[in-house]
Amino acid sequence: MHETHFGSPRNRVDGRLKVTGAAPYAGEFTAPDLAHGYVVSGAIAKGRIKSIDTKAALAVPGVVQVFTHENRPRTAFRSNAYQDEVAPPGKPFRALYDERIVYSGQPVALVVAEDFEIARYAASLVQVTYEAEPHETDLEKVRGKAYVPPVKRQGISPPPKPRGDSEAAFGNSPVKMEAGYRIAIEHHNPMEPHATTVVWEGDERITVHDKIQGAQNSQSYITSVFGLPNSDVRVISPFVGGAFGSGLRPQYQLFLAVMAALELKRSVRVVLTRDQMFTMGYRPDGLQEVALGANQDASLQSIRHDLIANTSTFEDYQEATVNWSAMLYHCDNVTTTHKLATTDLYTPADMRAPGAPTGLFAMESAMDELAYKLGVDPVALRLRNYADIDESTNKYHTSKELRAAYQLGAERFGWSKRNPKPRSMKEGRELIGWGMATGAWEAQMAQTSARATLTADGRLEVATASADIGTGTYTILTQIAADALGLPMERVTTKLGDSSLPKSPVEGGSWTAASAGSAVELACHKVWETLFKYARGMDGSPLANADIDRVTFHDERIALVSDPSRYVTLNDALKAGGVEKIEAEETAAPSKLTQMRYNSFTHSAIFAEVRVDEELGQVRVTRIVDAVAAGRIINPKTARSQIIGGVVFGIGMAMHEESMADHNLGRFMNHNLAEYHVPANADIHGIEVIFVEEHDTLTSPLGVKGLGEIGIVGTAAAIANAVFHATGKRIRELPITIDKVIGTPEAV
Amino acid sequence: MADLDLPARQGFTPDAPSAALPGEIPLTLTINGERRELHVRPWTTLLDLLREDLHLYGTKKGCDHGQCGACTVLVDGQRINSCLALAVSKDGCEVTTVEGLAAPDGALHPMQEAFIEHDAFQCGYCTPGQICSAVGLVQEGHARTPDEIREQMSGNICRCGAYTNIVDAIEDVLAKETAK
Repeated sequence: MHETHFGSPRNRVDGRLKVTGAAPYAGEFTAPDLAHGYVVSGAIAKGRIKSIDTKAALAVPGVVQVFTHENRPRTAFRSNAYQDEVAPPGKPFRALYDERIVYSGQPVALVVAEDFEIARYAASLVQVTYEAEPHETDLEKVRGKAYVPPVKRQGISPPPKPRGDSEAAFGNSPVKMEAGYRIAIEHHNPMEPHATTVVWEGDERITVHDKIQGAQNSQSYITSVFGLPNSDVRVISPFVGGAFGSGLRPQYQLFLAVMAALELKRSVRVVLTRDQMFTMGYRPDGLQEVALGANQDASLQSIRHDLIANTSTFEDYQEATVNWSAMLYHCDNVTTTHKLATTDLYTPADMRAPGAPTGLFAMESAMDELAYKLGVDPVALRLRNYADIDESTNKYHTSKELRAAYQLGAERFGWSKRNPKPRSMKEGRELIGWGMATGAWEAQMAQTSARATLTADGRLEVATASADIGTGTYTILTQIAADALGLPMERVTTKLGDSSLPKSPVEGGSWTAASAGSAVELACHKVWETLFKYARGMDGSPLANADIDRVTFHDERIALVSDPSRYVTLNDALKAGGVEKIEAEETAAPSKLTQMRYNSFTHSAIFAEVRVDEELGQVRVTRIVDAVAAGRIINPKTARSQIIGGVVFGIGMAMHEESMADHNLGRFMNHNLAEYHVPANADIHGIEVIFVEEHDTLTSPLGVKGLGEIGIVGTAAAIANAVFHATGKRIRELPITIDKVIGTPEAV
Repeated sequence: MADLDLPARQGFTPDAPSAALPGEIPLTLTINGERRELHVRPWTTLLDLLREDLHLYGTKKGCDHGQCGACTVLVDGQRINSCLALAVSKDGCEVTTVEGLAAPDGALHPMQEAFIEHDAFQCGYCTPGQICSAVGLVQEGHARTPDEIREQMSGNICRCGAYTNIVDAIEDVLAKETAK
């Protein structure tokens, strides 16, 4: 079949629903018997609830019930019943489990009422007294107790084994660079707050609308925790108002809403407030040390990258943070370590490209610092140390067009006009700085099933349980399916976000396009083969001797390419097969053999321009060029948007975002969007995206590598490097706020 | 071990918790061209009235504090954060939500078309607010340059980061308006 849609810019198929407000999100499904739940959040970081008085709340007319640890229904006893598909090792948090308080903001009660305002008002009347115990939320204070996590998190590569002798090589290196880096804790803050609507269907059966990146993850959590059969729980979440990782694991509002619905035998909705969005996972704090040794010829002799990240007291959250430093450059002596230290905060969570922008902020800042020590151009330093294979695992790359990304990005940006001297470029009252960095992210494929159904009216439906969290999955799957059968996109419907659909992992890790896309293509091919078989086998078929490669499907006819007058209609083919529709379910899985021999990454070269008003300490990010090598691009329009979105996330990380804890209270204080700053429209200027041509036949059958994460990776480092170029000030702690720009001395 | 007696939630803790609820107040609103006689409690925001009572879920709740703009609607032609407006304070007003922008025959508003064409959204959750805000911005007539659009659209947060495309979409509509 021709590729009419694959590779062409297409508007989103769900665009109309979204611009008319008709797309339903989790907290917008309703039922005649709907009750509203409002969560009461705990006020201390550690200790126990001494008493909880719900009398005043219960006395409010319209209050149905107040759930606390004292009257909650029994749920699964063993803690592993609460472990979802992507849970890190440990014992997952259980809402209302007992009187223990393990983090500030922990839900301590759920007020259920006939309407939202009553629930909110009654929640303010719940009186809780606590016995507080000393807590620690400051990673600096517990760094001495850091440990290597004894149980590795499934799906996350631990730091690779050291190679060579980095310590000796560092000692012998004529040029040395050593520094500490830190990022701020960030909360995902998708625009849609976490929400769950549970519709009570009677007979203990429920339909659940949850803000989740994988409907089947919520379904299996519910069935496991509440002891229900799969057949009684269906999760339908067709639209997700952003998630960025916060919707990978079921959040506590799911547990609370299901618990209340089952107990009250009626429909219940629980929507978290914006401040409660700071009582769940976040990008962890990380104390990083990087040491680089190089020869005068700019060849890297030694790399060391150590990380201590925070986790909760109940789970060992892990993400690949330092690994990038071991794979990105050619170097014979490399050591990377990743330790954890426990804090009395909730467990961190995967947040857009978990680990990579953290680790590469440190590594790519250090590379910039090294370039200055060596007196070489930052791009030249990276090219000098280009790695042709992944030396950390001794595997080949499935493809790696990073060299072309450096070149194309630099050309588009005008890098050759850069005067490397800090403070050398100025316009008006603003210093101008140009910086760059490298980005990388795993290109993965995960086993996914999809179903394709062709009906007599010539319409095709494709379906998988995965999700579209704004990434464009609906659109690209429609493109792939339309191409597979030669249909116009309008004839194809894509269904997602329903636990009853063919099995899919959570949408995350940038693997959905490659995985769900490949599954959809396989299922559609199967349908096409069956259709052709029926058409050819029909009595007196004009296609009796035809080959499947020589026929097309057009206007509900299966016709010879060479002679379109010889055809079989769709209806006749279905009749010949004795069926009303053709349906196929197929599973796409990565090749184990390929995985043994190859590693697959997307790469990027990102260039940033900043303008700094030194008197005000104000930094504007005025220009970004991001050259991305990510295999084949299914839809250049939505793909570009994904990269732009990732870059904006990176600008937020670099310039704005910081969840500030008051360590005396053990609590995030700026838990709202006025004080937790994310980029606003005026913060964002030109962002240019270049997709570098890259042929990859190994990552996935489609040649697709995925785009959800790569846009953020390296962005913060490129901006920090640009700030150094503008001002001569090396800021090693994110975000780059005014106080740091003013307070950091110029490097000598 | 210190004993702490803290209210469960910071903020509103009434001296004498009262079980009595405020009564309902009659209210007339014209919503998307349709006149509605309503009864609401004084504590109900315009946003919650639209979503929970009238099931017009197109208007989104992102923060409930006027900090994100997801709840932007047009009241008598002006863009406001509907989460910051008590419904009873808008008696007699004309409210246009995202559901009311398209023509009765389903033809999209030019701003809706432009948002689709420029891919000015991803997850779609901030989109109704962005579009209502952009329609209000065009009517205000103060924004002409991309910098002015950026500044005057900064009350609407897009976490997916579609800002550059949002500016392109609005510029497109502004250019067509000017050409008329």
